[in-house]
Amino acid sequence: MLRLDGVWKTYRLGAFGTRELTAVRDVSMEVRAGEVVSLIGESGSGKTTIGRMVLGLASPTRGSITFDDVPVGGLRGRALRGYHRQVQGVFQDPFSTFNPVFKADRVFALVRDGFFPSVPAIKWRRRVEAALEGVRLEPADVLDKYPHQLSGGQLQRMLIARALLLDIRLLVADEIISMLDASTRIDVLNLLGDLKTKGLGVLFVTHDLALGTYISDRTVILRAGEVVESGPTDEVFARPQHEYTRNLLAAVPHLHTRWNEPVK
Amino acid sequence: MTDTTEHVSATGAPAPAEPVTPVAGPRRRDVLHFALRNRKVVGGTVVILAFLVLGLVAPFFTDHGPNEYVGPPSSPPSADFWFGTTTFGQDVFLQFANGIRSTFVVGLLGGGLAGLIGMTIGFVAGYRGGLVDELLNMLTNIVLVLPALAVLIILHAYVGITSVPMQALFIGLFSWPWVARAVRAQTFSLRSREFVDLARLSGMRPLAVIRREIAPNMSSYLFMTFILLFGGAVLMAATLDFIGLGPTDVVSLGLMMNSAVHWSALHLGLWWWFVPPGAAITAIVGALYVMNVGLDEVFNPKLREM
Repeated sequence: MLRLDGVWKTYRLGAFGTRELTAVRDVSMEVRAGEVVSLIGESGSGKTTIGRMVLGLASPTRGSITFDDVPVGGLRGRALRGYHRQVQGVFQDPFSTFNPVFKADRVFALVRDGFFPSVPAIKWRRRVEAALEGVRLEPADVLDKYPHQLSGGQLQRMLIARALLLDIRLLVADEIISMLDASTRIDVLNLLGDLKTKGLGVLFVTHDLALGTYISDRTVILRAGEVVESGPTDEVFARPQHEYTRNLLAAVPHLHTRWNEPVK
Repeated sequence: MTDTTEHVSATGAPAPAEPVTPVAGPRRRDVLHFALRNRKVVGGTVVILAFLVLGLVAPFFTDHGPNEYVGPPSSPPSADFWFGTTTFGQDVFLQFANGIRSTFVVGLLGGGLAGLIGMTIGFVAGYRGGLVDELLNMLTNIVLVLPALAVLIILHAYVGITSVPMQALFIGLFSWPWVARAVRAQTFSLRSREFVDLARLSGMRPLAVIRREIAPNMSSYLFMTFILLFGGAVLMAATLDFIGLGPTDVVSLGLMMNSAVHWSALHLGLWWWFVPPGAAITAIVGALYVMNVGLDEVFNPKLREM
């Protein structure tokens, strides 16, 4: 479904772009329907950049990103809109994903304006309520409120509900649970699991190995913009080939182990 | 846990039956609702409107022009001449009331033009970034370092400033650079926020993103900018009038003060000649400022609950 082939992203910095910074180097990967692929890497490893390129918010400097064999980079106007009907994203920080001066339910109204202007208000409202119930939110709790009146978990689930209003086939989930507390975290993960069984492909961007293992089928480990290791999640975690992966795995704290000597 | 229900009930319970309505509607209604309840906004608006009305109706109640010699020279305020007369026997109140009009014209036109240019350049440069930003920023810096007064003197020598709107136009053309820089900086920081990405994922085009996502976040700041530009244009016009670069056959508050100084009203004790125009400029700019503080509370939902 989604395929990245030798994707590079170089940013130009400084006056008239005299300096360059390469955020992503030669990344190739694939996300199939009904599959969760976790993209794991430390801060600055280029994982968010990859997510943005997949969403069409940035274009690759070299290489190609294709969705159903159609290159994403060349999409404009109506075609891009059609692409966003099928591919949506949920971002890391729910508080900055909502425009603070508007009510939070505006994100739904924007979807209606952009994609379904002909759906009557009553019918649309029913769809919004259904989507909210799909993410286990009580519509009365979250509609007609400002973002600062809602919790991070509520906001994050509203964003997932927003994506569900469209007929999405691929969801780019960029660190969507790092801002949530432990109990809502599992809720959201289980929700993603449900959606996956219904055929949704998920690109799950995270820095957290434990979360990566919980739902993903395949894992791609990223370091300084390069793919270090990739493969089925079980294999990567059971028999890490690269030293960096081994270090990462050793650095995960275990639930029943106390700190007595620094992890190496 | 914060109590979120209080604010809703305190504002007269917005109808819970229609939360998902078209985008602009509820917010516009909200802003108006809170604006009419805000004492600072209402107070400021009343002062501005009072001056504006005075300036607009003044010409209909007299049969002589503001620069005509109608009374005894240098007489203090009286029933016949509410604000007294000048050294030459001109009616100060008449000059004052007519001067307000040209002050508003200069402020609105000059401030409006500068705001329009500055915001357009700032928004585009900040949102697009890259080469577009480099070029627009270069243009901004060039105009910024131009000595506006010197340029206006040269322009006057070649073109001649013959009317108040023309004066406003020239002032507007040279006072926008700081607006562009400030708006550009704010846009820079706002465009990297994730709600901009989300709007793009909802199929919004760049202009709509600027207008509907970025600008509303800076609305009180943009209004503040306009107020400063308004005040700046009024003072700039007064300066130009004083050095003889303004239109000479009209009246303005700046021209009044400058002719008062010119004819030694300060030393002769003719306070009624220069106090009213000075007080009016202060009151107009001050009222706009108070309005701005109030509008900050109206535009920012977080401040409303305090």
